[in-house]
Amino acid sequence: MFKRPHYVATLFVVLLVVGILNLPQPTSARLKLAISGLYLPLFGLVSFFQSTSHRLSDAFTPRQTLTQELDQLRREVQELQVQLRQQEEQNRANAQYREMLGFAKTAPWKLKAARVIGRDPANWWRSLQIDLGTRDGVRANLPVICAEGLVGRIESVSFNRSQVVLLGDPACRVAVLISETREHGVLVPGSTSQLDQTLVDLKYLPRNSQVKPGSSVVTSGQGGIFPKGIPVGTVGDVRQVGYELYTAARVKLAVDPSRVEEVWVVF
Amino acid sequence: MNFLNPILTPVAILLAAFVAAFLGAAVNPLSTWLRAQIDFLPAVMVFAALTAGITTVTVTACLGGLWQDSLSANPLGISILPLFLVGLIVHRSHELILRDQPFAQFAVGLGASAFAPFLTVLLLYTMGRQPIVGWGSLWQWLVVSLIGAVATPIIFWAMGGLTASLTHPVFHESKHRPDRSIRRGRL
Repeated sequence: MFKRPHYVATLFVVLLVVGILNLPQPTSARLKLAISGLYLPLFGLVSFFQSTSHRLSDAFTPRQTLTQELDQLRREVQELQVQLRQQEEQNRANAQYREMLGFAKTAPWKLKAARVIGRDPANWWRSLQIDLGTRDGVRANLPVICAEGLVGRIESVSFNRSQVVLLGDPACRVAVLISETREHGVLVPGSTSQLDQTLVDLKYLPRNSQVKPGSSVVTSGQGGIFPKGIPVGTVGDVRQVGYELYTAARVKLAVDPSRVEEVWVVF
Repeated sequence: MNFLNPILTPVAILLAAFVAAFLGAAVNPLSTWLRAQIDFLPAVMVFAALTAGITTVTVTACLGGLWQDSLSANPLGISILPLFLVGLIVHRSHELILRDQPFAQFAVGLGASAFAPFLTVLLLYTMGRQPIVGWGSLWQWLVVSLIGAVATPIIFWAMGGLTASLTHPVFHESKHRPDRSIRRGRL
């Protein structure tokens, strides 16, 4: 049997929940950041242990292995320097042509490295926490990438931490482009992405789309958040949907969000 | 196990809820391997409901829910009600549950860990949100429920040990009564 204290407690909780859920969005976001600020020492502790374990593993790596890695990295640096010189020449030519045609200048990306310090505790959202905040110049809606491609965008920012919504989350829909056919579409959460976070759906491709499995998908630059040309993934399979009004495809993301540990915020 | 310390038990429960919410969000290889984030808060709620009063249960549900939502993309406050209902239902039947038996703790933990996320998703749909739910979610639900069930007896054991180490041991009175002892005399 329920007793009087049970009823009082239930009433209190219901009123509290209704009150909090009906807070204005900015107030709720600020409250959320204030509460999550309590976890700063624990996040700091985790970062400390991560960096200590990296340093320890470096300290115990045999000298021979380190020398081999160093030689390999030197070779890679030399190759990349050659590629960079070619790229610079192409960029210069590209800038000249754009100026001649009267196109707007494109600013180069500024990147800032961040470490992933937490993931969404709920299984029904895709988000993670990184160790950059307003003190590092991060603001909402900045794109987040890693070496393989697009990861997501900044959703909310506190002083020294930010929440990133990942590709595949309902809050992160991206306008994309098929590189080969130049057809536009929108990336939305996948119908089968609960276990495999690298699968998302690509919708609203033209009805008579020529897209084929294996085609590469990049950001289209439409929408104003993600710059054009960031690799997103490759097309897995293609099908007609919506009474054949448009074509949809499944896309295998270039980045596995569940395994990403370090990212770059694009300014 | 002496769980009934009136000050230490609520503090220990709140501390456990705080750490449980953080562990759910922490990067760990187990979650990556199982493809499911693990939630220990329902297990902490079971412990609170079986060892403390309704006030502690209410405060743990409110703070635990807020802590968890602050680290998640959930709307702030959505996890409070499921956690509180778990605590309320278990607390209502706490006199019938064999709380010292690990199997009973496992069974109650299983039910609580299955019920809390289910109700949270239901609330999200009620609010018009679109959480990512599909057939794969059944696997995640199973994993979360089983790990919550396994965690419940561990939490009981750990909290019992913590409480015992920070309080005076319980003094058990001897059953011996000198006035009732049989004195052997000469026959």
